[in-house]
Amino acid sequence: MDWLIVGIILTSFVMLGASRLASCIRMVALQGALLSILPLLAKPSFWDFHGLLLFVGSFTIKALAIPFFLFRSLKEARIKQEVEPVVSLHMTLIGGGAVLVLAFSSFRFFALPTAPFPSLIVPAALATVLIGFLLLISRTKAITQVVGFLVLENGVFLFGMTLLSDFPLTVEMGVLLDLLVGVFVMGIMVYHINRTFDHIDTTVLSKLRDIE
Amino acid sequence: MILILLFGIPAFLGVVTLFIPGEERRRVRRRLLMIGAILHALLTLALYFPGVSHSLNDYLVLDSLGFLFLSITSFLFLFVAIYSFGYFQKEHHSIPTEKGVRHLYTPCMLFFLSAMTLTTMTPHLGLLWVAIEATTLATAPLIYYHHHAQALEAAWKYLLICSVGIALALLGIFFIAAASKGSGTALFVSSFVKNAPNLDPRWLRIGFILVLVGFGTKMGLAPLHTWLPDAHSEAPSPVSALLSGALLNAAFLGILRCYQICSAAGLADFAGKLLIIFGLVSLFVAAVFITAQRDYKRLLAYSSVEHMGILSLGIGVGSGFGSLLHVINHSLTKGLLFLVAGQIVLTYRTKKIAEVQGLLKTLPATGILFAVGGLAIMGSPPFAPFISEFLILRDGWVHGHFIAMSLYLLFLSVIFVSMSKSLFDMIQGEKKELPSAQREREGEAPMALPLEGATRAPIIERYGLMTFSPFVFALIVFLLGVYLPPPLVAFLKEASSLLGRPL
Repeated sequence: MDWLIVGIILTSFVMLGASRLASCIRMVALQGALLSILPLLAKPSFWDFHGLLLFVGSFTIKALAIPFFLFRSLKEARIKQEVEPVVSLHMTLIGGGAVLVLAFSSFRFFALPTAPFPSLIVPAALATVLIGFLLLISRTKAITQVVGFLVLENGVFLFGMTLLSDFPLTVEMGVLLDLLVGVFVMGIMVYHINRTFDHIDTTVLSKLRDIE
Repeated sequence: MILILLFGIPAFLGVVTLFIPGEERRRVRRRLLMIGAILHALLTLALYFPGVSHSLNDYLVLDSLGFLFLSITSFLFLFVAIYSFGYFQKEHHSIPTEKGVRHLYTPCMLFFLSAMTLTTMTPHLGLLWVAIEATTLATAPLIYYHHHAQALEAAWKYLLICSVGIALALLGIFFIAAASKGSGTALFVSSFVKNAPNLDPRWLRIGFILVLVGFGTKMGLAPLHTWLPDAHSEAPSPVSALLSGALLNAAFLGILRCYQICSAAGLADFAGKLLIIFGLVSLFVAAVFITAQRDYKRLLAYSSVEHMGILSLGIGVGSGFGSLLHVINHSLTKGLLFLVAGQIVLTYRTKKIAEVQGLLKTLPATGILFAVGGLAIMGSPPFAPFISEFLILRDGWVHGHFIAMSLYLLFLSVIFVSMSKSLFDMIQGEKKELPSAQREREGEAPMALPLEGATRAPIIERYGLMTFSPFVFALIVFLLGVYLPPPLVAFLKEASSLLGRPL
């Protein structure tokens, strides 16, 4: 299972360093796919009902539906392909490394029975959440902000894996459905932002302030 | 059964109205909205009769805390629905928006009602989270209702900031769940409370901080309130009223649920300190921005930040009763103010304080209601918010929070002075000539407000439907300020006893 978790961290690093929007979306899809395989391996038997349904649900939503929406709004909005970060990609990568060190060094404080998962999962989840934040604040395009939000959400999910047995299936599906609808609405808004401003750079979204 | 109907009916009607698009079928949708609101109110009322079951299964249990929030939401929604009948009749005439967009108003309102209802009646933290996130998603299209650049900016900020905040709250809920690791607690508030001595306080602390930051973002606690003024000022006024009076409450309820757990686990002091800090920062930020505000809808939005701060502070100093009473008072008063602000926007075509004057002479009824709402929200007697703000002050003082209470008084007086200046500048003065349709057509409109150009001369007579709801709110705010009925007191006492600390 270690390789899956390492894969999740690696995909977030690829997103930090990627300069094209399409590769960002592809990576977030891959991350979602890796994440959805995890509960399958955790259950004692492969064909466990709960784990299997969770796999089907999260794989369809995280690895197929959401990337599909994002690609569609990318195409409809005819957005330029560059990511346009606020700080350079190298700097965000270094920031990501720092975050990783931070998450793993604070590991001791988060000692938690994670069975059946390796204890690696807790710092990995924290690192993913923080990298999601990093993506959110260091990119200006609306669509990369959505990607950042998804990475953050994936981190939260990764942490939630350790509590799999406490969560009833309906609630898990509710969480996934919320995520799907959320990204759907965000996708529509990306389209509108593009049509209203001719691009999806969120720096134009600064008209509303308190004192002119 | 009633519980399922309560959130099932609005959700069902919402789906139905989703399939009735088109401008010409606006009436049908509006009627369905009305039917949904009335049925919801009747069902809520039915729950007050003795013998009606308040629990269905483990996931749907309506305790008195949730019941309180449900009643507020249902009541507010009913009157906002009545108001929006009149409001959109006026606004709809000739807004140049594309086809098939505005029909989302009714479904989103109904979905919002359904999600709010579910928020109030689930004791399961996971389901609670799902419902609160659903309220965010349902309201984002409502904020984008006007479809211009500013509305888009507001809706985008709202959606992104709140989604991120709520994702953090989910992490917090996971941490709280991790605190009970090994004891088999299944994320029910009641089982956490029962199991409280066995919870790991370290995890609970981190969990509460994350939940407070996460739901605090949605509740509008400073410094996480940045989306709130934009969203409240850009949304159509009935939506602003619901955002302030119901949506912020949902997030507050989320915090209260986790506070219940912390307080049972003996962490009430820790949680209380955090709530006091957030509360005071919110009051401070609100005081600063209300003083410098030039836009009256933003002014009201910052007043919501202030009152959310008061709620947080109230719970923090251990005044459960006062805070819950304040939830009622704030929802009604802010509903009143935003609905009246909607009338003002439609009449004056501006959101600038400086461009509105002589309200009392131009629209007497609106002027009086605005004055009543303004006085009430600033906390002057004899209106209800005064009572609850005073109760919080008393309890805080009794519990020994002298510094916090002094700051509370200081900020409240600053807000009183600056807000009364702004509001009474609008209310008093000479009658102002209203912007004519001519000027609108020439494109000299003071703001990019997409209001219809059809309104020409006096609009005053057409306000009957729009004045009714604010009037009802004003009446209740006044009556509650004069007399608190004993059944309400008993009900609030029961609800606040769930929060752990006695009054």
